Amino acid sequence: MAPIVSIRNLTKVYGNGFQALKGVDLEIEEGEILALLGPNGAGKTTLISIVCGLVNPSGGQVLVGGNDVVKDFRKTRAMIGLVPQELTTDQFETVWNTVTFSRGVHGKKADPARIEAVLKDLSLWEKRNNTLRELSGGMKRRVLIAKALAHDPRILFLDEPTAGVDVTLRREMWQVVEKLRQDGVTIILTTHYIEEAEEIADRVGVISGGELLLVEAKAALMKKLGRKELRLELTEPMTALPEALGAYNVSLAENGGALIYEYQGEGEQGRIAMLLGALTAQGIEFRDLSTRQSSLEDIFVELVEKKA
Amino acid sequence: MNFEAVKAIYLFEMARMRRTLLQSVVSPVLTTSLYFIVFGTAIGSRIEQIDGISYGAFITPGLIMLTLLTQCIANGSIGIYFPKFTGTIYEILSAPVAMTEILLGYVGAAASKGLIIGLIILGTASFFVDISIAHPVMMVVFLVLTAITFSLAGFIIGIWAKNFEQLNIMPMLVVPPLTFLGGSFYSIDMLPPFWQTVSHFNPVLYLVSGFRWSFYEIADVNPVISLAMIGLFLVICLSLVAWIFRTGYRLRN
Repeated sequence: MAPIVSIRNLTKVYGNGFQALKGVDLEIEEGEILALLGPNGAGKTTLISIVCGLVNPSGGQVLVGGNDVVKDFRKTRAMIGLVPQELTTDQFETVWNTVTFSRGVHGKKADPARIEAVLKDLSLWEKRNNTLRELSGGMKRRVLIAKALAHDPRILFLDEPTAGVDVTLRREMWQVVEKLRQDGVTIILTTHYIEEAEEIADRVGVISGGELLLVEAKAALMKKLGRKELRLELTEPMTALPEALGAYNVSLAENGGALIYEYQGEGEQGRIAMLLGALTAQGIEFRDLSTRQSSLEDIFVELVEKKA
Repeated sequence: MNFEAVKAIYLFEMARMRRTLLQSVVSPVLTTSLYFIVFGTAIGSRIEQIDGISYGAFITPGLIMLTLLTQCIANGSIGIYFPKFTGTIYEILSAPVAMTEILLGYVGAAASKGLIIGLIILGTASFFVDISIAHPVMMVVFLVLTAITFSLAGFIIGIWAKNFEQLNIMPMLVVPPLTFLGGSFYSIDMLPPFWQTVSHFNPVLYLVSGFRWSFYEIADVNPVISLAMIGLFLVICLSLVAWIFRTGYRLRN
């Protein structure tokens, strides 16, 4: 199946000479949740803005549903909903009016029943006659999502959806995203929060310095890049590593009280047994052992640091 | 053509007018009434007729123009500037609407508001002075063309402005002097020859003169020239807007 979003060699140089994107290639499949991770100024928002039509690209091409976002903007933008990073709202408007406006401006005929359903889905129905300035930050963010969904988009862009949102609300947002995925909506979200990507994304892309460093299925990424660590709490502390352990990637920690063995997730399991055998042969005893897999955060930090 | 979007923007803007009724309608009506009381009734009663028209009646077209220009520029500029300022413009720019449709929505609403206020002032004026309209169709033509042209000018200012000060420069500092010196309160025949010549460089002279002609058939310049000049201003504004849309100036950069 053709990807729903196809980005080819996309570049953007702003008027002040800043190159925000340096030739990004990315394909997004229909129905998936893609998380774009990256530090501030990495180019995440610029990338989203070009796909949504907010910023003109300097070079390259973006296709949405097979249509060019510049030439066939009517078709592409009708398919897309955008939830911006900032809580930008018409403070003096009511929830109902602002969501109705969103549907109209996307070229759809007024449909009060649909607006009602969207507001109910986002627990905003009770607030429909309130003006936006009367709402809390979390409620305002829901209104922005309602606005983005009012025209029934097939693709939803969420730019930092849970920035500055408390833990409870963040969980609720994730539930909203999960429900949208069940409805078949393709979701692209940018985030600073690694746990967010880890929690809800199918695939993860890492952007830094205007380049897409990698895009991988989350599970494959964790498996491929995830380093594992075996930790042995020793019965007797050691001052130095015995020579017999030189073949293994081990080190001492906690003043010789613990032995750390680092290994890659794949293909090295057999070596653990050999290591344990070597320890027994050396008469080294341990009272406890634990393993830990590096998180997406570790992978991310490593990638970005390598790039820098 | 995305008519639903034009309708949505237009109705949204008109709703803003209803919400700020006091500021949008009552304030210009009050100001104009004060002009009539001071210039029309108090001072005007001591001024002799101009070209056979009482002074109060003579200044009516100029006062309507003054309000129409100020309101159209103010509404046209705030309509597009405010979403830029608050950031809500993202939604319109990411919607499947062409710039011409955005323009129709905003400028259509600003011109409508200007026309509504202009007609209210005409109604108000009729309480103070006797008004006759010799060429009602041409009066409407002048009114509509001026409203569209200056709402467009407002739209351009709204896109250009980076802060509220810049936004207010035209309606506060440029329009009033041009209107006062453009023959709103006098016929330029009353001026010394040098200032008569200078007045011809004032675009507002042509608007006021043509508009007044449609009421009383008296004019400082030939009404055909007035009409041609309004057409010229319209073309200038449309060209500027076309350039803004082509380049994405201050919108998509």
